[in-house]
Amino acid sequence: MGIVSWLIVIPFLTALAVLMTPARASRVIRWIAAIGTGVELVLTATVTWLYWQQAAADVASMRTAAFFKLYLVERVPWFETLGITYLVGVDGISVAMVILTSIIIFTGVLASWNVVERTKEFFCWLLVLVTGVFGVFLSFDLFLFFMFYEVAVLPMYLLIGIWGTGPKEYAAMKLTLMLLVGSAFVLVGMLALYHGSGMHTFDLTKLDHAKFSTDFQFWVFPCIFVGFGVIGALYPLHTWSPDGHSSAPTAVSMLHAGVLMKLGGYGAIRVAVYLLPDGAKWWAPIFLFLTTINIVYGAFGAVMQKDLKYFTAYSSVSHCGFVLFGVSTLSLMGMKGAVTQMFSHGIMTGLFFGLIGMVYGRTHTRIIPEMGGLAKVMPWLATTFYIAGLASLGLPGLSGFVAESQVFLAGFFGNPWHSLTYMQTLTVIATMSIVVTAVYVLIGLAKVFQGPIKDPHFEHLTDATWPERIATGMLVATLVVVGLVPGPFIDLIEGSLMPLVNRL
Amino acid sequence: MSGAVAALPFILRNAWLVAAIPFVSFVFVGLVLRPKVPRIAGVVATLSIFAAAGVAGGVAWEYYHLFPPGALHPAIVPFAFEWLRFMPGLTVTMGVLLDPISVLLLLVVTSVSALVHLYSIGYMHGDPGFGRFFTFLNLFTFSMLGLVIAPNILQIYVFWELVGVSSFLLIGYYYEKPSAVAASKKAFIVTRFADLGFLIGVLILGYNGYTAFGDVGPTVAREVTGRIATDLQPFDFLYLTHPDLLGRLAAPALAVGGVSLLTIAMILVFMGAAGKSAMFPLHIWLPDAMEGPTPVSALIHAATMVVAGVYLVARLFPAFAFSGDALTVVMCVGAFTSLFAAVIGCTQDDIKRVLAFSTLSQLGYMMFALGVAAMDRPAGYTASMFHLFTHAFFKALLFLGAGAVIHAVHTNSIWEMGALRRKMPITHLTFLVATLAIAGVWPLSGFFSKDEILAAALRGGHPVVFGLGLLVAALTAFYMFRIYIVVFLGRARHEHAEHAHEAPFVMWAPLALLALLSAVAGFVPFGSFVGIGAEAGHEGIDLAVAIPASTAGVLGIGLAFLLYSGDGARATAGANALGGAYRVVKRKFYVDELYLFVTHRIIFRHISRPIAWFDRHAVDGMVNLSGWTTRRTGSLLGALHGGRVQAYGVWLVGGTLFLLLVLWSAAF
Amino acid sequence: MPDILAGLGLAPGIVHWMVLTAALFAVGLYGILTRRSAVGVLMAVELLLNSAALSFVVFNHFRMPALVDGQVMAVFVIAVAAAEVVVGMAVFVALYRVSHTVDLNRLDRLKNDEVKP
Repeated sequence: MGIVSWLIVIPFLTALAVLMTPARASRVIRWIAAIGTGVELVLTATVTWLYWQQAAADVASMRTAAFFKLYLVERVPWFETLGITYLVGVDGISVAMVILTSIIIFTGVLASWNVVERTKEFFCWLLVLVTGVFGVFLSFDLFLFFMFYEVAVLPMYLLIGIWGTGPKEYAAMKLTLMLLVGSAFVLVGMLALYHGSGMHTFDLTKLDHAKFSTDFQFWVFPCIFVGFGVIGALYPLHTWSPDGHSSAPTAVSMLHAGVLMKLGGYGAIRVAVYLLPDGAKWWAPIFLFLTTINIVYGAFGAVMQKDLKYFTAYSSVSHCGFVLFGVSTLSLMGMKGAVTQMFSHGIMTGLFFGLIGMVYGRTHTRIIPEMGGLAKVMPWLATTFYIAGLASLGLPGLSGFVAESQVFLAGFFGNPWHSLTYMQTLTVIATMSIVVTAVYVLIGLAKVFQGPIKDPHFEHLTDATWPERIATGMLVATLVVVGLVPGPFIDLIEGSLMPLVNRL
Repeated sequence: MSGAVAALPFILRNAWLVAAIPFVSFVFVGLVLRPKVPRIAGVVATLSIFAAAGVAGGVAWEYYHLFPPGALHPAIVPFAFEWLRFMPGLTVTMGVLLDPISVLLLLVVTSVSALVHLYSIGYMHGDPGFGRFFTFLNLFTFSMLGLVIAPNILQIYVFWELVGVSSFLLIGYYYEKPSAVAASKKAFIVTRFADLGFLIGVLILGYNGYTAFGDVGPTVAREVTGRIATDLQPFDFLYLTHPDLLGRLAAPALAVGGVSLLTIAMILVFMGAAGKSAMFPLHIWLPDAMEGPTPVSALIHAATMVVAGVYLVARLFPAFAFSGDALTVVMCVGAFTSLFAAVIGCTQDDIKRVLAFSTLSQLGYMMFALGVAAMDRPAGYTASMFHLFTHAFFKALLFLGAGAVIHAVHTNSIWEMGALRRKMPITHLTFLVATLAIAGVWPLSGFFSKDEILAAALRGGHPVVFGLGLLVAALTAFYMFRIYIVVFLGRARHEHAEHAHEAPFVMWAPLALLALLSAVAGFVPFGSFVGIGAEAGHEGIDLAVAIPASTAGVLGIGLAFLLYSGDGARATAGANALGGAYRVVKRKFYVDELYLFVTHRIIFRHISRPIAWFDRHAVDGMVNLSGWTTRRTGSLLGALHGGRVQAYGVWLVGGTLFLLLVLWSAAF
Repeated sequence: MPDILAGLGLAPGIVHWMVLTAALFAVGLYGILTRRSAVGVLMAVELLLNSAALSFVVFNHFRMPALVDGQVMAVFVIAVAAAEVVVGMAVFVALYRVSHTVDLNRLDRLKNDEVKP
């Protein structure tokens, strides 16, 4: 079994190990989860290094390639008669996403150190979920991809329904159902690709050689793009996000907003745009319009929110708009911006939700007006919260700027197929979000952390514990490193995005 | 790296050190010293800035050694590296651009910052956030230096934002004080709004620069060969300010609605500059920013950060000048702001607010000085930079002096001070030097730079601006002496003022140094150091300008003594006589109220809230409606499912029979 | 016995046997649809199974007399039916313990109009 399969298997084995531990030994369970995800982190670093060793030489040839190149491939026939293969491997985009997932799940486990109710089941489902996520990012057979996608979506129902807060059943139901509707669209699209290609295969490295007629692409592209758009919070299909995120427990919010929402952008790039370039060209103006709404509307929506989690969820809607906006510009810069934003937003929003969980664990409220002056009693949490906030408003030096600047430039530079004026107008509208984001981030954070301490009970609250410090510190470090030295990250993803853009 | 650049002196090739030292210090102080040994954080931070000042001095020395005073001063980029690659052929570099104005600002920023750091060791002594304060102060200095040395417009934007955020952090330093929190938010949001314009301007310049790069780039690249360390990039200032490119941008083919694209882009960029430099109507954040600790006001909101806007206009001056209309906008906004702020400054009671409005007014001066210049008449350009130079010293001195006073009497209101002349002799003396300098009294520095500006306005064919400048000069002298008289002369108006005592050495030493600089800075032969284009700047004193300017200053001083010496009854009577007009001025022409109205009443209430409502009810309502429909249909159909197996069986059998019948009848 | 009848010229053909299995099936079906007692329903199910088993044997006899596949299947059916009765009766006993009835009309607890949390 190759190293890439180990990436998928290790979380699952960890889940099994958790399953076999007696439920009363919650300390042991936490440590198993932490060690398992820690090993995953090490393995991710190894895979990144291996990928880099092999891919660095190929970057030059990628400039003109029309097919992406897969590394560390493992290909085992599975259902040969149906054209289903167990095909896993990595390219630059999936390496980036795997790094993101590893960091988020590791910090997520640390942030859930204090889960007391049904600890065993919680970690078990969490690890099953993350197995699915890794599977999605690593599999290059559409059937396998879809299977892992469902594995990633379904445990969410239990995780929110059981360990959530507030109207959790409603939120869990809504989230799962909306995502399933999305995946139904995706499934239809995938089956169409399977038959339409005439090859009867789900293998992505073969499907990309198929010639799909323009008519076919016209119908299938929106199917897949909208299907992934649901999980990528495409307007107006985003409403599961505020409810779902605000009801979910900390680690689940982190994982969901941080990683699962990225499956949307990832699938849109990997499947929709890559396989159906003509469809993408036809539909891009419409999706550009919708994602512009996403960006501005999410930002305005966040201004008035009173609950910290709703606040962050709306901000996620706005930031995920950047991802799909970048994809819809159909240019190298836009795609790079989209992938960077996926990474950056993943880390940032993971940090946000992690911190909200930590603050909530202390104050037992998430309502912004009820808090105040917390910076005095929890300086560490306040500092990291501010760094997350600054990343979200696109401060240079943090990763958000690297992503947003690329998306804005891509929108402004346009592409050869669409009206430049149209794209530039939309971009200018989208830039408005930088002001609105500053408004809600600063107002929200100031109310929570600054000013005099509002409630005398807050005087005795404690600052972050060591697991919490490690978790938040790691996320902040990632934001800063990508923000200050974006070069390596850009190099990582650029080579793999070039073939995609060359096909257009 | 091209050969010519590699041959440059060591210190020029490594001029990045000037920004890197504060950065390293920021990281070290922030991560190590602040939590562990905050006591020495101040010393380390201060030493690092002095080191940076040393490097800046070395850079200046070598630069003017290379290009002696009086000769042409070309811009060189001795160091740059690729930071972010947008796409092949479009890369953002981070690097160092050296030309007269960046060298000038390096000197000003490092020296003022070093002195302010030193002063803060005394001023912030015993504060619980001592380590945090110096962390932020180092961050600010790093960002400001990064901004100054930026060789391309995106680097300037990057550091522009960083400067904004460090200013935000420092204004909100006393984070438990609601007014400080509000002020910090206001500062950040207002400047961010301005930066929106800047960003769009950058996008326009970047896009059109990039598309024209294939044609114009090689020409420009040939011209700058040997002067830059990397390949020319479309975002580089050397490219963006080249006349060939500007000609393309100004072409009628690109005009939008009759206005050339260049003008639009430059006005948008100027919007960013106006935000940072607090030009009307984006000035509202600066007076509130005085909520920060006083050394911060001195460093950021008087001497360095607020001149970033002026610096940006100067940096892109060829583009503004090429457009012409954009430069006129700069001039009008600058001139209006200088008068507007001076009028408000006459009525304020908080010593720091008076100084803040005075800063606004002087920034307006610098702006309109740029506005009256042109590529073939660069006197205004030189004069503006000259004023920036002298203003940094005397305004920092004024703020630090005010800080010493506030430190001693624990209040900001000038009406609770008085008679501090004897209690705080050193502070008094230095404050007086600064007041005379800003009032434009010969032979202090302010006289020379103001004189240059007024001369440039007159010669540039803008008599109205010249007249306005004279009026502002008189008002400046008036309000500065107003606070001088009230604070230092007369009798103690409050018991605090009676118990005041002189500041400690670490605080008055920077005051003394700055006083010295404020006194002699005017004698620098500035025109031979800083200029643009062919003609050297205006030299020497023109009596046709100096006499009216000095008269205006003396009139202002005289009026201040007339109204405020003694018990100030005459001033009260004057204010009462003005009645409503006085109140309007005192409330700062109600601009803040207007902003509040627009943001809260219009944007929050009529945009954000409806959107939040719409999302919860309309968009989400659709989702819930589909859920409801499904359940409703389900419960309707559910009536068929009574839970009785046998009933199901009957349906099954009946259905099968029915189907069979249908098939059978179809078969025959 | 079939041999005797055949000698008398009264040998039942495949159609007769089919009518018999159909009748048996109809009786079983009627029982399933109408019996209120679960045990009765179970007995009716046995009739259905028997009718199927009989069909196996009959078809085997008439279509491929040389083989015994049908008989084998019939034995399977009997075995399955026995197992089914065991499981079914066990379920009914368990049900009876809980709800004191095996009346099918009253055993509708799986149906719930409201999804309870």
